[in-house]
Amino acid sequence: MDFFETHGIHKVFGTTHALTDVSITVPEQSIFGLLGPNGAGKTTLIRIINQITAPDKGDVYLAGKKITRDDISNIGYLPEERGLYTKMKIGEQVLYLAKLKGMTHQGAMNNLKYWFKKFDIVSWWDKKVEELSKGMQQKVQFITTVVHKPKLLIFDEPFSGFDPINANLIKQEILELRDKGATIIFSTHNMGTVEDLCDHIALINKSRKILDGPINEVKEDFKSNIFEVSYRGEFEKVEKSLGNSFQVLAHQETEYENSIRIQETDGREKNSLITALLGAAEIRSFKEVIPSMNDVFIKAVEKYNAENKMP
Amino acid sequence: MNKTWIILKREYLTRVKKKSFIITTLLVPLFFAALMVVPIWLSTRDDKQERRIAVYDESSLFLDQLGEEGYTKYHFIPQSKYDSLKRNLENSEFYAVLYIPANIYTVNSAELLSSRQLPLELSEQIERKLSQIIETDKRSKVIQEAGIPDLEDKLASTKTRININTMKVTATGEQKKSSSIVAFIASYGMGFIIYFFVFMYGSMVMRSVMEEKKNRIVEVIISSVKPFQLMTGKIVGTALVGLTQVAIWIVLGIAALGVVQGFFTPEATREMGQSILESQQQVGPMTPSVPEQSQIAGILESIANLNIPLLIFGFLFYFLGGYLLYSSLMGAIGAAVDNDEDSQQLVFPVTFPLILSIMLLIAISRNPEGAVAFWASIIPLTSPVCMLARLPFSPPAWEILLSMVLLVLTTIGAIWAGAKIYRTGILMYGKKVNLKELIKWLTYRG
Repeated sequence: MDFFETHGIHKVFGTTHALTDVSITVPEQSIFGLLGPNGAGKTTLIRIINQITAPDKGDVYLAGKKITRDDISNIGYLPEERGLYTKMKIGEQVLYLAKLKGMTHQGAMNNLKYWFKKFDIVSWWDKKVEELSKGMQQKVQFITTVVHKPKLLIFDEPFSGFDPINANLIKQEILELRDKGATIIFSTHNMGTVEDLCDHIALINKSRKILDGPINEVKEDFKSNIFEVSYRGEFEKVEKSLGNSFQVLAHQETEYENSIRIQETDGREKNSLITALLGAAEIRSFKEVIPSMNDVFIKAVEKYNAENKMP
Repeated sequence: MNKTWIILKREYLTRVKKKSFIITTLLVPLFFAALMVVPIWLSTRDDKQERRIAVYDESSLFLDQLGEEGYTKYHFIPQSKYDSLKRNLENSEFYAVLYIPANIYTVNSAELLSSRQLPLELSEQIERKLSQIIETDKRSKVIQEAGIPDLEDKLASTKTRININTMKVTATGEQKKSSSIVAFIASYGMGFIIYFFVFMYGSMVMRSVMEEKKNRIVEVIISSVKPFQLMTGKIVGTALVGLTQVAIWIVLGIAALGVVQGFFTPEATREMGQSILESQQQVGPMTPSVPEQSQIAGILESIANLNIPLLIFGFLFYFLGGYLLYSSLMGAIGAAVDNDEDSQQLVFPVTFPLILSIMLLIAISRNPEGAVAFWASIIPLTSPVCMLARLPFSPPAWEILLSMVLLVLTTIGAIWAGAKIYRTGILMYGKKVNLKELIKWLTYRG
């Protein structure tokens, strides 16, 4: 079931198109990667979802209903540009932000105690923010994002500023929140974390959505019939056996084994490649090369930009 | 509404708990009290310094007539002593030496010699004393020469002093005692208080908005509440801080008054009163000097005759209107800029009318019916200070009404525009904005 949707969102600032007809669907209990180059419109879309700005056209649906002001308490948002009141005590501050999300004093206290214990930061309660390091502040910010148990969580570049240990801690928390039922929208430039975490992605470029779907399907769509084979035998013999429908992209010879990258050019069955190779050398491994999200990102954006060049 | 209340509470509490707030709240009244009490106290102290003045009277006219006066004591000396004193004034027991020439009646001058810089009061005191003696002497000679019986009494009976009692005639023909001086003080004082508070607390709102933008917490907050709620909570919370401060000042002021009264014990007050009386008598025998009871009563009466309910209502109205108008504009500026320097550029055009209105205050209280006063009290950006300053002079009702309506409309407009600029600016970083850019933001949709 789709938990969250946007339909044909348009947003214009002055003469700049920030978003053009953007529709995304986020399945319940999934982690959805919102990707795109800088200035593509991701942050604007996130702000529209949070009702910080209103779209010029288009609608946002949460759990099948048009989103309203009351849904604010169902959303947790960790913005990319984030900070805290530097002179305010941590405890007072998280309590304040939780109350702004509509929690009662008691409810907020209970949840905050849980998180402070979990992150082992109970002793920070009476400290001022300016006494904490940046990484420590990020932990507090993470707590303020999740304290009200939102059903939809939005993280904009959540790992910037974290050291690898804390980044991993937060990653585990995000996965746990998803397993407990939260739906997560997640924006980042780090394609490694996208592959680790995301089930679905959408790619936004120059105000338009140019790609979306389950991450495996997207990758599948971007593969270019390249195979990687390692074998024992002579390269010339292998090359000769391939015929016209395959092209050798690269080959490497070592003392122990040789490897070769081959691109299929006329859409034949993959198995015909294996058949051809079988007679030429001793095959040690054979695999199709699936592009990384990094490759997909670059390819999709470059392709779109080439096709839509301004005259 | 509930969330606005949460914001308001935080804005209020964090400010009131700040050390700087507590310090200014306590120190400002102390400072003003000191400003009033210390000079009075010092002046009563100074009077008690005993000064011995050596007098060499070449004319021999003043021998019996200069003795003691307050803490100044005169000692007559012969010429030989005078000559030696002149050479060694520094180590003598005398504070100064007065030389009265033989021909003082014609030259009208004497000399006061001292090794130090003499206080102005002392030379004035001696001038007065000598003039008085000579004048009395001359007059009695004239009276003798004229040979008119009882001339002295007759002359005394010609002394006259006229008091002008200003009366304001109301529409019903009723006469009320009014005092221009009371109206002037009320008008200037109230105008200044409004100016001070609007300026101080308006900038406080601006700084607070800038802080939230600078430390990047604002996006988290406006994902929970509407920017308008945040702004409202901030503006109202800050206003309450101001009112708290005023309330504390009033309480402290009353307490301080008690302390001051205790400090000036009845004897001390009587003594002071006497010295004032004396100094007034010394001005010259021609002017009667006792401050008339009726004058003080008159001032009290004209205070009572000010339209107090109108003044209180006007003060609250223009205070609120002016504060809302300026603080929403300044809040918008705080949201639009990234750093203090940029804010200065934009703040000046906004606060200029406020500064202008304080400069117009004097002109308005001098001529409360003039064109300057009229326009300044109608135009909304200056009216909070200027119309309030005119109120003690009872301007026509339609002018007050027009000024109020315009202020309300402008304030609503300013809040609307301020909110628009605020919600666009608060999330915009690294862009230097100018007035044209701000106006463009007004056209953006929420």
